[in-house]
Amino acid sequence: MATDVTPDLATAPRPAPVPAVKAPSLLARALDSDLWHSFKRSKLAVVAAIGTLVFLLAALLANLAPQDPFDPAQLELLNSRIPPLWSAEGQAPFLLGTDDQGRDILSAILHGLRVSIIVGGLGVLFSASLGITLGLVAGYVGGAVDAAIMRVADVQLTFPAILIALLVDGVAKSISGGQMSSGAILGVLVLSIGLSFWVQYARTVRSSVMVEKNKDYVAAARLIGLSSPKIMLRHVLPNAIGPVFAIATINFALAIITEATLSFLGSGMPDTQPSLGTLIRIGNRYLFSGEWWIAAFPGLTLALLVLAVNLLGDWLRDALNPRLS
Amino acid sequence: MIAFLVRRVIQAVGVFLAVGIIAFSMFRFVGDPVNQIVSIDTPYEERVKLRASLGLDDPIPLQIARYIGRAATGDFGISYQFRQPVSALFAERLPATLELAFCASVFAMVFGIVLGVVAALRRGTALAGTLETVSLLGISLPTFLIGILLIYVFSETLRWLPSFGRGDVVRIGGWTTGFLTWSGLKALVLPSITLGLFQMTLVMRLVRAEMLEVLRTDYIRFARARGLKTRAIHFGHALKNTLIPVITIAGLQLGSVIAFSIITETVFQWPGMGFLFLQAVQNVDIPIMAAYLLLVAFIFVVINLSVDLLYTAVDPRITISGGRAT
Repeated sequence: MATDVTPDLATAPRPAPVPAVKAPSLLARALDSDLWHSFKRSKLAVVAAIGTLVFLLAALLANLAPQDPFDPAQLELLNSRIPPLWSAEGQAPFLLGTDDQGRDILSAILHGLRVSIIVGGLGVLFSASLGITLGLVAGYVGGAVDAAIMRVADVQLTFPAILIALLVDGVAKSISGGQMSSGAILGVLVLSIGLSFWVQYARTVRSSVMVEKNKDYVAAARLIGLSSPKIMLRHVLPNAIGPVFAIATINFALAIITEATLSFLGSGMPDTQPSLGTLIRIGNRYLFSGEWWIAAFPGLTLALLVLAVNLLGDWLRDALNPRLS
Repeated sequence: MIAFLVRRVIQAVGVFLAVGIIAFSMFRFVGDPVNQIVSIDTPYEERVKLRASLGLDDPIPLQIARYIGRAATGDFGISYQFRQPVSALFAERLPATLELAFCASVFAMVFGIVLGVVAALRRGTALAGTLETVSLLGISLPTFLIGILLIYVFSETLRWLPSFGRGDVVRIGGWTTGFLTWSGLKALVLPSITLGLFQMTLVMRLVRAEMLEVLRTDYIRFARARGLKTRAIHFGHALKNTLIPVITIAGLQLGSVIAFSIITETVFQWPGMGFLFLQAVQNVDIPIMAAYLLLVAFIFVVINLSVDLLYTAVDPRITISGGRAT
């Protein structure tokens, strides 16, 4: 990603012995990279990045929220279904109103945001590691292994992500007999999201590895007797991983949507540990009695989060694509 | 051409076999099927007898073959929760889903192509900018959120359209249709928009990009030089050449139309297959889940094959031989 900016010392004329030129620090290199310049030029990307950062910070600082939505001692049923502060019946501490159990919507959103981001992030991490590993092995080893992995990928692509996630969820439920802790549910969500999205990474990495492995440096590494895993991880992978970042960003948005959808459908996070999707599901019950704010604010948060991440991913994809620009 | 067809059919059978094995193994995941049938105090000997009569003692490959063989004849077993054959349940729900998917696809194609052409021809204007923004929103908004939003605006606030169900349906033979009644048509509007919006944005973005590409080519310039009418150039020459990728994407996206129909049907309580599947997942109704899996695989394989064949119809330059479309 970061381009090589070390001055070409061999050909540059040397006027006088200068103090040894230090290799530029990582930060300096990053600040001088094409990527950073392209980032600064794109207003939309800057806005999207700031938006994403704000959401991440908000999720990180959820503990500072006015209320702990998981602590039953802090919930007052008398405070249930209070509209937002700016409407006539709004009440002081509840900026965005409360839900049916007297939960402050703002606090619930902050905590829900954290759950959504954790699930989405872990899901992307899992699917990326799975996909990169399989793609690397398929591309580097080739032959029957490659064929087997890619056929599995073909079959996998037959099924839309949400369908796979629902199936994994259903099977997990049947194994556990319907009794799962919220931690276990989180694990199942990460697993099902990871299993739904690995194919794209595998295909991308495989195709770049197939180009890279015929280059001289790989042959050289083989000649000096490095083991295959070492060559794959230390030498081939860094050269094949560029496009993965763009895919991962866009998949992060997709993973958040998938998690929210699963939770909305009742196959995700439970009411006691709500994610944004769960909050919308709860709010949806009260939409018809005029209590729009219970669903609206979590929905808005979700949409803005996904939009910001999507914009960032769009820009990253274009910026990392050498054919454009 | 025939070699190509044979290869594709073999591939399809392979996919099917794999999916069949996955579907079958789901039954094994949930434990001993005998326990699902008998009561607690059934004696051991009877369980053994039942086990043998169900064929559960046979080798696994034989059992898989039997399951797939039965599935091929339309016998998917009996639903745990409804106590009815899965095939009968599917037959009852299929019309609702197909009508919804059809309307959503028509909506997505018509609006996607029209808006995409407009966005390409009016590039740089405020109108095109608005369309871009809307398309970005369409991709970022989760389907269920769009559904809720539409229900809130058009059913709850404006009270124009119903928020759930199919309305009155007319039964013609084994098929129930909502096309023939006013309430049935009204009930189709919101779910179709919800389901089709994502595809519409995809089609729109694709048509716009392809149109911009095509409008730059020499033959369009030549058509202008010949003095053809702008309309004839845009729609007769340019649009026609953008349709190949559009058909591909639209075809391949049909799979996700089915997936998203799970969400849409749940939001609108639409009595179709997706809603049935979701209920099955929540109640761990394995026969329905397995059958749905096979059905989706079947639809996907058929669509893929038809998209490949449609290529040749749309673009006579493509000749299929030896399995490689050039």
